[in-house]
Amino acid sequence: MYMYRPSRIIPLAMLPEGVRGIIVKIIGGRGLVRRLTEMGFTPGIEVTVLKSSFQGPILAMIRGSRIVIGRGVAMKILVEVGG
Amino acid sequence: MKIKVALIGNPNVGKSLIFNNLTGGRSHIGNWPGKTVEKKEGRCIYNGVEMEIIDLPGVYSLTAQSIDELIARDYIIEEKPDIVIDIADASNLERNLYLTLQLMELEVKLILVLNKMDIAENLGYNIDVEALSKKLGIPIVTTIATEGKGMDELKKIIAESIHREWKAKKISYGREIDELIFKFEKLIAVERQFSTKYPTRWLAIKILERDEDILKKIKKSRNLDEILKNIDESIKVLGDEPDVALAEKRYEWISSILPQVLKGIRPVTLSDMLDKVFLDKHLGIPIFLSLWWSLFRFTYDVSAPLSDLIDIFFNRLGDIVKEYISNEQLASFIADGILGGIGGVLVFLPSILFLFFGLSILEDSGYLARAAFVMDKLMYKLGLNGRSFIPILLGFGCNVPAIMATRTIKNEKDRVLTIVVNPLISCSARLPVYILIGGAVLGEYATAGVYSMYILGIVLAVSMALLFRRIIPFFKSGRTPFIMELPMYAKPILKTTVIHMWERGSLFLRKAGTIIFLGVISVWFLSTHPWGSPIEETYIAILGKILEPLFYPLGFDWRGAVALFFGFIAKEIVVGAFSIFFGFGGEGEEESLKQYIRTHKIFTPLTGYAFMAFTLTYIPCIATLGAIYRETGSWKWVLFTVTYELILAYTVAFTIVTAGHLLGFT
Ligand SMILES: Nc1nc2c(ncn2[C@@H]2O[C@H](COP(=O)(O)OP(=O)(O)OP(=O)(O)O)[C@@H](O)[C@H]2O)c(=O)[nH]1
Ligand SMILES: [Mg+2]
Repeated sequence: MYMYRPSRIIPLAMLPEGVRGIIVKIIGGRGLVRRLTEMGFTPGIEVTVLKSSFQGPILAMIRGSRIVIGRGVAMKILVEVGG
Repeated sequence: MKIKVALIGNPNVGKSLIFNNLTGGRSHIGNWPGKTVEKKEGRCIYNGVEMEIIDLPGVYSLTAQSIDELIARDYIIEEKPDIVIDIADASNLERNLYLTLQLMELEVKLILVLNKMDIAENLGYNIDVEALSKKLGIPIVTTIATEGKGMDELKKIIAESIHREWKAKKISYGREIDELIFKFEKLIAVERQFSTKYPTRWLAIKILERDEDILKKIKKSRNLDEILKNIDESIKVLGDEPDVALAEKRYEWISSILPQVLKGIRPVTLSDMLDKVFLDKHLGIPIFLSLWWSLFRFTYDVSAPLSDLIDIFFNRLGDIVKEYISNEQLASFIADGILGGIGGVLVFLPSILFLFFGLSILEDSGYLARAAFVMDKLMYKLGLNGRSFIPILLGFGCNVPAIMATRTIKNEKDRVLTIVVNPLISCSARLPVYILIGGAVLGEYATAGVYSMYILGIVLAVSMALLFRRIIPFFKSGRTPFIMELPMYAKPILKTTVIHMWERGSLFLRKAGTIIFLGVISVWFLSTHPWGSPIEETYIAILGKILEPLFYPLGFDWRGAVALFFGFIAKEIVVGAFSIFFGFGGEGEEESLKQYIRTHKIFTPLTGYAFMAFTLTYIPCIATLGAIYRETGSWKWVLFTVTYELILAYTVAFTIVTAGHLLGFT
């Protein structure tokens, strides 16, 4: 899906505050991937980082809900920015 | 005929409030996800139809990962209620409908409730309820639970549903997947052991998703080989994460109907702006600490004059009793034992009410969940995450519900760790001791002294968690992922707050009438018998003198020792015991308990402070021990907690006294 659109793919944790990204993939154990998917983190969906802090958790907005994600988890959600 | 009605939905959508509205029940309400962790039953009668309503923990799907989720899932899937009410947050339809789709697949009699319609409206959303109902094929009721709106409609539709049948729409997953589902369905449909128990299409979907629970059940199938072969084949179509593939399809379906039923885009809300401040990386923790400080300041200041009034009341009553009852033993029993001892505890009713008032406001405003965010970094250092901070904060009220709240923690080791350190969090039962001793000996630093106990509690809990992680092999574990929905801020609702205060207040009174009563009366009896002897020669003094050497290094005399001894039952008894020992003094001076403790040098500021710290730490009360046993399922952890806390209490108090001496205090 992201093949023909030149852009960067980074972990959600690296997304600066207020910036939007499109979810590409979640890497991680089955339970984690499943939980995130159920909460609406599916590929192709837009996610905005509302709050982020160095080494702390992030607050993300996805499908109209505001979800706190620990840094470890946020490193496993890959998003596409720019393009 | 009684119909069984289960309430299910995402966390924090208002299930328990609706439950309370329908049944007159008292489920815990607050504005953060994960409050209800066990199932609760209540009754409701409408038009002669009797309904048994079941409140369940919140879930995002029917795949359970933690104890609370398991309770909800099992109830819906295995107990088969007659009606399932799916409560959805109207202001967050997209995500909430995900669970709805899963429930539709279960082919239960499903009613959708769109709650929080007021919030949806404030956000400018316009929901075409009729169109949505058509798309899903299920009846919908809109409600505003906080205002009781829609409750009658809901009752009506439930009552009428006995005579009605309806079938939810089947969601198509696209041709390829639908074909796979159909294949499995055919294989299962011929086996009555499955097909009579669960809907075959649902089972087929679960097999396709490779749901661990269902795969276990399927092991008994005669067609097992065929099923397994088909599963292998399905991987070619769905990839190695079939559950994710299906979840995506469900969301795709939701996204496809949403524009037709929902108008409006989510604006930037006040919540978003407030979070800029409350969740700020520099301000977050200072704001947390100052809010907490204000809470205790408030509790302390507002309750003090009320407590004085109650104190005066019991004293007067005691005087009257002594005057009019000629039998000395009876007079002492009533005046010193009941009015002095129990009265000495009841004096703190206002403090406890206002503490819970404050806590309730923090919960209802939505701040509690923010505190979990702010504290995540700290908790991360313990190998825990922000979620574990919520039981800590709840512990300020009472350790029992706090320990139960750990059910939402998925990793068993993290959960047990969070449980065993929780008793170090200073609950409301310890507050009376701080107020009494702190007020007596710390002078103008009393409030700061009390506050410092709460800080000390957190510091100790955190240090112990860190220590246990390091030295106890059981607690070595990987990290639990931190994922938590953040509720919107809300104006606290007076009714909820008052109910919460009332609940806790009546619990305290009940405790005062039972367990505290027993403890205090025992203290009274032992401190007045053999009848007529000076207190130094009573039974309690004998017990106290045995314990005294143990506490001598800490600077507590035998009375402190005995008070702590009985305080094991419930920590309020410590205060009750002191009121018995010093309350009546017998010297005829009109001095308060606090003055007596100060002027008779029962405690110096230093030993008083150490006594407070000891009370904080030394042993969980009986109710908390019971909760530890229930939630860990083992006496081992109960014993562990008691042992480490006793050692810790002694160490902490001894350190305070020793450090104080070095600094020149006495
Ligand atoms: N504005 C508004 N708030 C509501 C409404 N219904 C519930 N609330 C609030 O939403 C919050 C959550 O309500 P609960 O009943 O505790 O939610 P729950 O679904 O039982 O939550 P869990 O047990 O944690 O899953 C509380 O602060 C309620 O006051 C509503 O219709 N409108
Ligand atoms: Mg609830």
